[in-house]
Amino acid sequence: MTKTDPAVDLAPLTESVVTGLPPEQVRDDRRKNAFRKPVSSLIRHAILIAAALLMLYPVIWMVVSSVRPNDVIFREPGIIFDSFEISNYVDGWNALSYPFNTYLLNSALVVLGSIVGNLVSCSMAAYAFARLDFTGKRFWFAIMLLSIMLPIHVIIVPQYVLFSQLGWVNTFLPLIVPKLLATDAFFIFLMVQFIRGIPRELDEAARIDGAGHPRIFLQIILPLMVPALATVTIFTFIWTWNDFFSQLIYLTKPALYTVPLALNAFQDAQSATDFGEMFAMSVVSLIPIFLIFLFGQRFLIKGIATTGIK
Amino acid sequence: MSALGELRRIKGSTPPKQRNQNRAAFLFLLPWFLGLALVTIGPMAASLGLSFTRYNLLSPPRFNGIDNFVRMLEDERLHTSLGVTFQYVFISVPLQLGLALLLAVALDRGLRGLSFYRSAFYLPSLLGASVAIAMLWRQIFGVDGLVNTVLAWFGIEGQGWISNPDTALGTLMVLNVWTFGSPMVIFLAGLRQIPAMYYEAAAVDGASRRQQFWRITMPLLTPIIFFNLILQLIGAFQSFTQAFIVSGGTGGPVDSTLFYTLYLYQRGFANLDMGYASAMAWLLLVIIAAFTAINFWASKYWVFYDDQD
Repeated sequence: MTKTDPAVDLAPLTESVVTGLPPEQVRDDRRKNAFRKPVSSLIRHAILIAAALLMLYPVIWMVVSSVRPNDVIFREPGIIFDSFEISNYVDGWNALSYPFNTYLLNSALVVLGSIVGNLVSCSMAAYAFARLDFTGKRFWFAIMLLSIMLPIHVIIVPQYVLFSQLGWVNTFLPLIVPKLLATDAFFIFLMVQFIRGIPRELDEAARIDGAGHPRIFLQIILPLMVPALATVTIFTFIWTWNDFFSQLIYLTKPALYTVPLALNAFQDAQSATDFGEMFAMSVVSLIPIFLIFLFGQRFLIKGIATTGIK
Repeated sequence: MSALGELRRIKGSTPPKQRNQNRAAFLFLLPWFLGLALVTIGPMAASLGLSFTRYNLLSPPRFNGIDNFVRMLEDERLHTSLGVTFQYVFISVPLQLGLALLLAVALDRGLRGLSFYRSAFYLPSLLGASVAIAMLWRQIFGVDGLVNTVLAWFGIEGQGWISNPDTALGTLMVLNVWTFGSPMVIFLAGLRQIPAMYYEAAAVDGASRRQQFWRITMPLLTPIIFFNLILQLIGAFQSFTQAFIVSGGTGGPVDSTLFYTLYLYQRGFANLDMGYASAMAWLLLVIIAAFTAINFWASKYWVFYDDQD
């Protein structure tokens, strides 16, 4: 951080006294002023771009390496497309006992079920916490918040016992049913925060018109909380798509493998020889996340800024 | 019914409304209550019970008192895994948050291209938890990996970072630091909340940029730092995927990446030592709860809440 002469900082203030502009605007002006000092701003941008490149370098390198022949990959740290070995993708796709689309479909099913489950169950619970008065509300709310911090490992063993007794191991049910029961309390909290921001007058007006809670929830609140629902959808997608621990425990048949499990099997099977194929399938596995990032960034940034989820 | 009657009903009478809402609330919360009972509290109680038993899934659990906990005292690998986890948490989380704060401050102040930089720094936090990135990490820090290729340009002879027990954990820490984007976005949101007039007043009094940072930005940001710290600590204690993939599920070399959760997985699901795994899970819960509580207690001394004055 550079030390600046206080006199420089005072300049826009004197300016504000002269022009009578509100202070907010003056700070904006001062911000713009920073860019009139081309050298320092240039250096700053150069450092930031270098940092951004360093951050993204491993990922870009993986993408480029996924279309390189195996014998070149580790000799070539460059990140310019210099060859286009599409066979990595073709061979990688069929390298395991099932073609990769099987695993993509399995992951998609788990993700879809989780999204539907979270949207329905968490929004219902959030409505109750945000809008209804009921006995012990503060207590239940506290329980809900505490459950956010509960490590999954504390419940995984008996949960596994329960689900295996129900015959649910090697089905997608252990991964989806808990979502239908609002166990991702983080999303309840996110939606409670959002509903609290919706003016109560709207509910009151609907109540005067004779609407009960189900109708207020479905016809007033839900349509208004589309941005929150989008945030929940996106985060559920990313978390479930990346999830490894519970899928590793509940899915042991290769036909049911999800993408993370398939990649893990890849690593075991190839015994670290066919990097091109491995990188190719890694890239395939990251494409959905990347697309979500491109198109849902607005909701992601808002989501983490307001609730602090990853 | 007259409009006046309607109005009075809405305005005054809580008792009938209360009863109605209790029923409605119960219906709205029914899925959550079921989940709490069947998926959260029930299993929690069961796992507490199981932690006093010997249980391998195949035959019914046999009560063995505090045997599991006594075994934990003597279990060298458990102690190793605790050491590995503590090192990982207490080194990588502060580094990650420090970097997040540094970049957030650098990106504040209306920098042009903010959204581009924010995206570039944020993307790794979305990817970092995936198996694909963990596999990539295993390759780039391998003997023939990218890191050594780059080091060779500078005439430095590399090594197998993953196969060397002294450096394997370090590569996982680097991976965690790499995902500093999400706390950074939270810091950026926090910086936005600081009123511009504070800085102007300070500038009038002749405070330098450095003084402004330490006297205004930092104190007003402490609640956000606290929040990020709690969040990242809880998350880091539970890290699993990266260590599992990078070590091929073993926690090696020589248990140097044996995260607590990885060891728990090995005992519970590879050795079917479910009673012991349950006891381990409860120790993890106690550890996380203790650190969270310590943090909340310590926050009195360093977290500054603007609305208290």
